[in-house]
Amino acid sequence: MNNVVELSGVTKRFGRVTALAGLDLMISAGEVHAFLGPNGSGKTTTLRLILGLLRADSGRLSVLDLDPWTDSTELHRRLAYVPGDVALWPNLSGGEAIDLLARLRGGLDNKRRDELITRFELDPTKKGRSYSKGNRQKVALISALASDVELYLLDEPTSGLDPLMEAAFRECVNELRARGRTVLLSSHILSEAEALCDRVSIIRSGVVVESGTMVELRHLTRTTVNARLARTPAELDTLPGIHSLQVTLQGVSAQVDDTAMDAFISKIAEFGVLALESHPPTLEDLFLRHYSTDTA
Amino acid sequence: MTGTFALLRLALRRDRILLPAWILGLAAMVSISVSATKDLYPTEALRIGASSAINATAALVGLYGRIYDPTSIGALSLIKMTAFGAALVAIVFVFVVVRHTRTEEESGRLELLSAGVVGRSAPLAAGLLAGIGGSAALGLLTALGLVGVGLPISGSIAFGLSWMLSGAVFSAIAAVAAQVTTSHRSAVGISVAVIGLSYVLRAVGDLAANGPSFLSWLSPIGWSQQLRPFAGNRWVVVALPLLLTGLLIPLAFALRARRDLGAGLIPDRPGPDRGVLGSTRALAWRVQRSTVIAWLVGCMALGGILGSAAHNVTGLLVSPQMQKYIQLLGGTQGLIKAFLAAEIAIMASVIAAFAISATLRLRSDEVSGYSELLLATSTSRIRLAMNGFAIAVFGSAAVLLGTGIAIGLANGLASGDPIGQIGALLAAAAVQVPAIWVMASITLALFGWVPRATNAAWATLVAFVVVGEFGPLWKLPQWVLDLSPFAHSPRLPGGSVSAVPLIWLTAVAVALAAVGLLGWTRRDLQP
Ligand SMILES: Nc1ncnc2c1ncn2[C@@H]1O[C@H](COP(=O)(O)OP(=O)(O)O)[C@@H](O)[C@H]1O
Ligand SMILES: [Mg+2]
Repeated sequence: MNNVVELSGVTKRFGRVTALAGLDLMISAGEVHAFLGPNGSGKTTTLRLILGLLRADSGRLSVLDLDPWTDSTELHRRLAYVPGDVALWPNLSGGEAIDLLARLRGGLDNKRRDELITRFELDPTKKGRSYSKGNRQKVALISALASDVELYLLDEPTSGLDPLMEAAFRECVNELRARGRTVLLSSHILSEAEALCDRVSIIRSGVVVESGTMVELRHLTRTTVNARLARTPAELDTLPGIHSLQVTLQGVSAQVDDTAMDAFISKIAEFGVLALESHPPTLEDLFLRHYSTDTA
Repeated sequence: MTGTFALLRLALRRDRILLPAWILGLAAMVSISVSATKDLYPTEALRIGASSAINATAALVGLYGRIYDPTSIGALSLIKMTAFGAALVAIVFVFVVVRHTRTEEESGRLELLSAGVVGRSAPLAAGLLAGIGGSAALGLLTALGLVGVGLPISGSIAFGLSWMLSGAVFSAIAAVAAQVTTSHRSAVGISVAVIGLSYVLRAVGDLAANGPSFLSWLSPIGWSQQLRPFAGNRWVVVALPLLLTGLLIPLAFALRARRDLGAGLIPDRPGPDRGVLGSTRALAWRVQRSTVIAWLVGCMALGGILGSAAHNVTGLLVSPQMQKYIQLLGGTQGLIKAFLAAEIAIMASVIAAFAISATLRLRSDEVSGYSELLLATSTSRIRLAMNGFAIAVFGSAAVLLGTGIAIGLANGLASGDPIGQIGALLAAAAVQVPAIWVMASITLALFGWVPRATNAAWATLVAFVVVGEFGPLWKLPQWVLDLSPFAHSPRLPGGSVSAVPLIWLTAVAVALAAVGLLGWTRRDLQP
């Protein structure tokens, strides 16, 4: 088995709304995959299709070599899911909910559960109705992480967590990666995906518009370069692959295609480089590019 | 209280179809009944005959109350609408008030609103205004309708007032219940229990030998009757519901002022840090057990009160003609049996409400997201649905059988034959169970195929009960009357019993349940 998740040409409509319009998604075993997209782009719908909670209108779906719609019970023994908006039973304590969900999944590692509760600083004796959104999410997260399964599906897992808990969460994901588990996490927080994930798929209006490793995706984007120069530069605007060029008395700033980098650096070197600063594209840049080109 | 009117407008907007539909439907029922009765009893002699027969029949007095002026066409035609109607009105406005107070708070939507310029008491005030304002609109419309079909104005106003005040009192009771509990289910449960108790108190009071006894005066539904529309119009009785409403509303606001948003009066105690629940069946029982037990205890208590009143029924037979007439019908024993059979039948339709609400949990669990969590584990859809449905099926049977035992025990202790009576009433309860199962299965079928319309199960129950009560009066065709599963339940004790309808009802229940499960396994999860 190579690909843990294989979706191709998946469409899903809700009445007149087309939530997914021919979505392709491949996730191979052992990778931490980020599923990025703005609100309403179809992330949750995709996860629910992967779980067999929704039925696709067309397309091919295979998850852990099973059909999620027909073999959902068998499939669910091998995965754990944390919904984006966790609902807990109002009069069950957090601890009871953690144990119940893990048992229904097929097993509960008590030691790991207790360790996770400490790590996420959860009070498991509180009743479901008195938890905040973040704490409800922690309950589902702890229960999922306490189960030893092949695939973890996490829908915006950090949207309710504070920064400290986010750090704890990252640590947990890194441990899963080290143990060779596959993780699919959806997010609209770009820095999180960047820090955590091996590969990224970007979804927009129900279609995956880009998919690859962080390194691959960077090829598609531009590095930002700021340079302080001894002399005012000239003729820079004749170079190809240079964008948002701003020339001042002190120097230059520009966004440079990877293919144009060599020529650009050689050119500004002629004007005496005093200081040079460059940074690789963040996912924000990737996003801006993908979601502004179509609207512009 | 800032923001009350904005919230009220929101509430009325959300209820813009349901509330007018209820109000118009109830008001129309009243006018239609009067027209039908007028045709049936055109002369005073006929009316006196019919009224005396009702007043002498314990089953009818227990269910509907007495007719205080046998010559009055208004009193005769509205006999089924006075207590029974007041209870129906009460149920509607309990739902309205709880829906706009505790339900909103529980769902967290109120938190969103409370962050805006909305005073702490505004949601409660808006909910109460919706309830009491709706009751007033209903009362007015009903009175107008009665005048419209040609009844005296004063009696029409008295009848409209009796309904309006029932709506107002129970709106206030619901408002208090919504402050005491943390879940809308418990708030509705407490309020409906008070309605049930009021109904039964007046039943027993009305049945007393020289009734109504003081018990009828302890009941808000009894007050609606004792206003005696079209039979003397005793206006002073209006003071009682007004007084109670006037006491309960400040109480609700005082309770609201003493608690936090989302909290009840009793703070949450911490729970265990580890769970023993290991299956969805255990979970379903855990989540619903207190409801099942509350229903069991409540219905057994009502059954006990009704059963202990059964031996009184002969006290109603005052005139010698009546006594002779009754002898023809099988003597006083036959009368008592008819009374018990009628009580068991009405309890069966009440317990059908439990079966429906327990099945509706499947839908509310789907909407709240519990089902998403559970179905992402190795729990299959069939198992999840069956576990919830089992609570409805076995829970309703247990509650009804328990009610039968309670009625039988109470009646048996009074008549000196507890064992025999328990056996008889247990059988009477058992034969009503399949009809209740049909109602649960209708709910499951709706859930499987039209999840967003699962609540229509309530409409089917109301339709079946109304058709059963008023269908013959309204001269509906037989096939319409036969649609109701309750029409096919054997009437015990006293009647004859055949297995055929029971087998049919059970088969229909099984088939509808299977259809529902099929739909559920084939459709999308629709939160
Ligand atoms: N059950 C549903 N019924 C109707 N429309 C839905 C339903 N679920 C999702 N949608 C629509 O599908 C689109 C994708 O939603 P979703 O997958 O929840 O997006 P995301 O998780 O990326 O925010 C949205 O336009 C949303 O309104
Ligand atoms: Mg989402």
